[in-house]
Amino acid sequence: MFDYLAAFVVGGIICFIGQMLMDIGKLSPTHTLSTLVVAGALLDGFHLYDRLIDFAGAGATVPITSFGHALVHGAMSEGDRYGFFGIGMGVFEVTSVGISSTILFSFLVAIFFKPKG
Amino acid sequence: MERRGKQTWHFDQPVYIQGVGTAVGPEELKGPLGSSFDVTYDNLYAGQDNWELAERKLMQDAVETALKDAEKKSEEMDYFFAGDLLNQIVTSNYYAREIDVPYFGLFSACATVMEGVALSSLFVDTGVANLTLTAVSSHNATAERQFRYPTEFAGQRPDTATFTVTGAGAVVVGKKPSLIKVTEATIGKVKDYGIKQPFDMGSAMAPAAADTIVTHLQETGRDPSYYDVIVTGDLSRVGSGILRKLIQDKGMVLDRYEDCGVMIYHQDQPVFSGGSGAACPAVVTFGHLFKEMKEGRIKRMLVAATGALLSPLMIQQKESIPCISHAVSFEREE
Amino acid sequence: MGVDEKQKKLYQKNIKLYQPKSHIFKNGLKAFLVGGVICALGQAISRIYMTYLPITQEEAMSPTLATLILLAALATGFGVYDKLGQFAGAGSLVPVTGFSNAMTSAALEHKSEGLVFGIGANMFKLTGAVIAFGVLSAYLVGLTRMLVAMLINS
Repeated sequence: MFDYLAAFVVGGIICFIGQMLMDIGKLSPTHTLSTLVVAGALLDGFHLYDRLIDFAGAGATVPITSFGHALVHGAMSEGDRYGFFGIGMGVFEVTSVGISSTILFSFLVAIFFKPKG
Repeated sequence: MERRGKQTWHFDQPVYIQGVGTAVGPEELKGPLGSSFDVTYDNLYAGQDNWELAERKLMQDAVETALKDAEKKSEEMDYFFAGDLLNQIVTSNYYAREIDVPYFGLFSACATVMEGVALSSLFVDTGVANLTLTAVSSHNATAERQFRYPTEFAGQRPDTATFTVTGAGAVVVGKKPSLIKVTEATIGKVKDYGIKQPFDMGSAMAPAAADTIVTHLQETGRDPSYYDVIVTGDLSRVGSGILRKLIQDKGMVLDRYEDCGVMIYHQDQPVFSGGSGAACPAVVTFGHLFKEMKEGRIKRMLVAATGALLSPLMIQQKESIPCISHAVSFEREE
Repeated sequence: MGVDEKQKKLYQKNIKLYQPKSHIFKNGLKAFLVGGVICALGQAISRIYMTYLPITQEEAMSPTLATLILLAALATGFGVYDKLGQFAGAGSLVPVTGFSNAMTSAALEHKSEGLVFGIGANMFKLTGAVIAFGVLSAYLVGLTRMLVAMLINS
């Protein structure tokens, strides 16, 4: 039960921060998402995002910040083995599911549906 | 034609409205002026395969209705003036291939309709043409996908945003006397007061509207009370408030004033600050306002259409939004 | 000649009175609630996968995200996700469902231009920057960590 609450609160806070970026910072949706992804990457650099995931579960993995975390995670796991070139080898390792499934599903929806305006 | 000052044309030869036609989409049909439109659709596709074709169909419907109203055929038109919001004004160009009339493609965004009426009236007044056809169109989906975001994108719009009108308006102008006479036109200058937010065009366009309206009144030597109503194209709720103040600052009082963007929708429709788009002033003027004139409730009217002359690329390059307003005055002939 | 800078600044200052009041707190609250619900939904889906498959919470993340992405893509196709977006703002944009909606809506919008130039090329219209900056920051963070590790070990 507690894990649902933690997911709700942490996920909600990250979205609240996103809303502030848009309303007060006057950032566009793309700018906002890019900022949050970079923030997730930076937090993972300090090993902090893993702790957030342990605490909040989906509250930390569902927001777009986890995308930044996953990119760094993938980059580091190959980077530890192969050095600088390892970063490029591993960067999409963990996020592969996210990007490939989005490409697949958006393509299929675009084929079978029509925009409604 | 006699010039008044630098920007105003006074038509001393007969220039009359011969016929009008309007076509609109679902949101406009649901609005307070829904019954004043000639052709209406309950969905954005208008029976076509994509939105660009739908917009073209709206322009076709408006033109065919206007020609029928004027009891004329397209071959009898000397010139065709048309414009819309799409890149390279494709709706107008691609529709123009359907009719065999010499064509002027126009662009001043949402001010295009009055630019067209002004030019077509000048042609009739000076004898260059006996009959002219003018048409404009806009479509909510084609405008959204060109200027802003994909229509199914869950981006949040602020309260200052406006809702592009899905519609088209067409008018036939000629010498034969009718109930509605075109008396003057004032050609606007481009004004840019540094507004950069494309979701707040009312603030960007208000100074241009104020400049054109004040210039018109000064050059014709009239007071705002000369007109039963002064109408702007699509300043919306935000822009119309600003306009009143700007006119006040110039020492004039604008008490009989309406905005087409505010008139075309109910306040509880999901349209934020009001309507916008090239079709907005066109369908409201040619539909509702001309009906009011024909039925004698309005005798003298000034319509100042306003346009925001931006493109998405300019906004990304951090440029501000230059705007323009063209005004035409109409009088009821007894 | 145009409008001089002083006039522009004065105008922009004066119109502030005519701008509608912003609902920053209300928007923030709506974003918090909807975002929280979507994440709680993710947690529930994750639990369902863990119940029926022999996987850990970490391994369940992949199918959970894929499921949320599919749901958002379908909601976009049915024309309902954008209505949620107007209400929830960042609450529907920030979770991975927003990323899915951004790509799906762009792909869907441009189907009239065909498969390659329409759907294929436009898919990344809104999210291309997100992926680009994500990867760039991964390089930066990765490189920094390596340099720091080298400095510590030497």
